[in-house]
Amino acid sequence: MTAPNVQALSCQELVELVTDYLEEALPSEERERFERHLAECGNCQVYLAQMRTTIELTGELTPESLTPDAERELLEAFRGWRA
Amino acid sequence: METSPGESQLLKALRAREEAAFATLAREYHASLLRVAQIYVSSRAIGEEVVQETWEAVLKGIDRFEGRSSLKTWIFSILANKAKTRARRERRTIPFSEFEPTRVPEAALEPERFRSADDPRWPGHWAIPPEAWPEDKLLASETRQKLSQAIETLPPTQRAVISLRDIEGWSAEEVCNALDLTETNQRVLLHRARSKVRTALEGYIGEER
Repeated sequence: MTAPNVQALSCQELVELVTDYLEEALPSEERERFERHLAECGNCQVYLAQMRTTIELTGELTPESLTPDAERELLEAFRGWRA
Repeated sequence: METSPGESQLLKALRAREEAAFATLAREYHASLLRVAQIYVSSRAIGEEVVQETWEAVLKGIDRFEGRSSLKTWIFSILANKAKTRARRERRTIPFSEFEPTRVPEAALEPERFRSADDPRWPGHWAIPPEAWPEDKLLASETRQKLSQAIETLPPTQRAVISLRDIEGWSAEEVCNALDLTETNQRVLLHRARSKVRTALEGYIGEER
């Protein structure tokens, strides 16, 4: 077994960097370390995929909107302010 | 970020006091305004009042709006001011972790998920690795419900950030402006929110096996 690379990320560290990675906010050296670990770690690949899935599913949620009643009340108020 | 061409049309209609334009604006932003208001104030009811005051101020100020920022930014900055004022009147202190999350460390996952730092062979590696999620579970409508619920139980600022970024599709810059967050703090809030939501999904899908 080769000595652990002092520069290498652990899985626990990778998990904390996932958002920075997806936001493209990791400096290039850190991003390389991240991708190097990912290439060799099936578990972290699963984790990253789950994060992506979570984001995707969240994106499919319907944005909350005004109820018809709330909209009606707001428009009534609007008519008052407009006057 | 100046007013976009689309916004210019809307702006003209708003200045003409067209009801349809106001309805469009309200449908677009009302829910998000309420989410943000709830970061500052103690109840949804008070949040509703603050949002109402905001709409009034928007309409009354629309003629003076110069378009140097986007309409969205301007509306949300009015909201933030009104919400903060209201919070002060309520003598409500907001935990600093809400806007400065880096001051309070928080791990994405329970430490038991990983081998300890002094593990002789695999320090910091997975102890309990994630299991791949079956496709059919992901498509189930109950999964969406669980997702929604998980978001609703987040602390207010994390909830606002994940909603604005991942549901409403705002850019990081827009969220930073609306919530007066540094880039780093916005990312940390997003990270914590997404991590909790993923964990909730993992828990739910795990139960259903």
